[in-house]
Amino acid sequence: MNLHEYQAKQLFREYEISVSEGLPASSSEEAERVAKSLDVDKWVVKAQVHAGGRGKAGGVEVVESIQQVKDFADKWLGQKLVTFQTDEKGQLVSQILIETCTSIDQELYLGAVIDRASQRLVVMASTEGGVNIEEVAEETPEKIYKAEIDPIEGPKESQADELSKNLGLNEVQNVQFRAIFNGLIKLFLEKDLSLVEVNPLVITESGDLICLDAKINVDSNALYRQEEVEQLRDPSQEDEREAKAAEWDLSYVALDGNIGCMVNGAGLAMGTMDIIKLHGGEPANFLDVGGTADSKRVAEAFKIILSDENVNTVLINIFGGIVRCDVIADGIVEALTVMGVSVPVVVRLEGNSAKEGLSILEECELNIIPASNLEEAASLAVKASKGEI
Amino acid sequence: MSILIDKNTKVICQGFTGGQATQHCIQCIDYGTQLVGGVTPGKGGQTHLELPVFNSVKEAVDTTGATASLIFVPARFCKASILEAAESGISLIVCITEGIPTIDMLEVKARCDDLGVRLIGPNCPGIITPGESKMGIMPGDIHLPGKVGIISRSGTLTYEAVKQTSDLGFGQTSCIGIGGDPIPGTSFIDVLDLFEKDDSTEAIVMVGEIGGTAEESAAEFIKSNVSKPVVSYIAGVTAPPGKRMGHAGAIIAGGKGTADDKFKALEAAGVHTVKSPADIGKGIAEITGW
Repeated sequence: MNLHEYQAKQLFREYEISVSEGLPASSSEEAERVAKSLDVDKWVVKAQVHAGGRGKAGGVEVVESIQQVKDFADKWLGQKLVTFQTDEKGQLVSQILIETCTSIDQELYLGAVIDRASQRLVVMASTEGGVNIEEVAEETPEKIYKAEIDPIEGPKESQADELSKNLGLNEVQNVQFRAIFNGLIKLFLEKDLSLVEVNPLVITESGDLICLDAKINVDSNALYRQEEVEQLRDPSQEDEREAKAAEWDLSYVALDGNIGCMVNGAGLAMGTMDIIKLHGGEPANFLDVGGTADSKRVAEAFKIILSDENVNTVLINIFGGIVRCDVIADGIVEALTVMGVSVPVVVRLEGNSAKEGLSILEECELNIIPASNLEEAASLAVKASKGEI
Repeated sequence: MSILIDKNTKVICQGFTGGQATQHCIQCIDYGTQLVGGVTPGKGGQTHLELPVFNSVKEAVDTTGATASLIFVPARFCKASILEAAESGISLIVCITEGIPTIDMLEVKARCDDLGVRLIGPNCPGIITPGESKMGIMPGDIHLPGKVGIISRSGTLTYEAVKQTSDLGFGQTSCIGIGGDPIPGTSFIDVLDLFEKDDSTEAIVMVGEIGGTAEESAAEFIKSNVSKPVVSYIAGVTAPPGKRMGHAGAIIAGGKGTADDKFKALEAAGVHTVKSPADIGKGIAEITGW
């Protein structure tokens, strides 16, 4: 789950990590009040969406009058911001963040992430902040300094000092950096984050360290023990169908093709998309019905798949381990009957109770095309999607 | 021969009396697994599936001599359950549960490593040595005792590889699902090493997926340490970047972890790759001449 910049900065403040002064606003009147309350003559206004690349897309501006603050609010609130990280429709701006403007001497980068290779929480810092840090990581990895945090012993002061030295910070800044470093790690561990990124972390003209941007991803698996963080969820930033699917414990990702897929298991779901492509077809989605699928969930999965207008064929690929194929078959029949599905449905059932499942499908009188293996299922689905059968 | 478990392995189940655990333990027992008891705190002294229930892993180990534990407890209790098993003399832990917070796994993994305990999973189908024993949720009847070792990050894709190698008559020595989480207890490399050293494993299937760099690391390892033929399939060529594809670990982030990169790394290491999940068995036939 992602947080907005203003929410991330609020968490930063709770952990005594220095950020610019500012508040979000959801109307131009509120924006005006916030701007006036900051008592400065230069502001940074930032559209709040769950995507990077806002600056280049016009979603961040430095402004020098209250009128400009209001103009920015009027321009963006209720509109969609398209950046290189969003799709072509963009993401809804429901809030803008109004902050005091900071005079920047130097832009640094600071991030923390769970590193799978070392199986540690790793804090990364670089003097190459502000620019595209991924390029720096790719082309000049030696410019990214790392500290691996021991999961049992926790962070050591020497690790903060080492990073601070690599960043070329002076003594005063080193003390500030320690606070940011420790705060960030504490925040990460206590709030079950999966990523936190500060790009840029700046040295101001007066020589102080401040986090100008803040990006936080939260580990969705831990939301059960992070009630406060879960309150920060913004459904308007999430794909409607993906969110609807999540309510039913279905994992769904929309794609551009016309063959709707319903599969059990994430790996096999991806494999099914791949094999459709190999046969010259285009998958319309990734959908994992999970290990405990019942007929109700299958019906919901159908609804979500068919809510995509591009879908002209459905491929169901179930390899029953935990999940029983006869239960899935019941769900398919029920859903097709109730919903009056008109598109061809190719079904491949294997594993747990597959025989029983197949006989349920054979006995019903619906437009179901059975397939005896994965290869055949993909081939039939692709043909059906092209109107060849 | 096999790796990690065989017909003599004494197994307990944590979360024994729960619904999922009960259903799968029945299937494990039917398959031949030496399930010797289970643990459900507060239900010690009872009998379940004609086996003793204990309040703690320590009690279960002391009484039954079990060396392996199969864990089905809910995600929020898994950290405590895995650590309890690791600290009570269990040497092989298989955790089926999905949805464990990653930060819990950082500590769990470090502690298991310190104690020299092998953890498989979490969020995995488990391990099976066909014809002997299974600790997991895989359908037993698709397996066939034989000569291919199978490792996979995905549950149902493992079944796909198993079925194809069974249909062709090759069979399997052992099959291990290492799970789809970012911090798995056991890595591809750990299992590749075990299969390389297992005399009866003649060929290896490795099924990977997008996300992370585990497949790239495995490729490096194979280059210098694995002499046996390896066939590999990576799921997710069609997956869009930035989207989590079901598994917590299956996400292309910052341009890293794409299927193409993984295919390339494996091919450079001499691995026979297949682009379709339906060609895994065929791949084994081609590379071995069986």
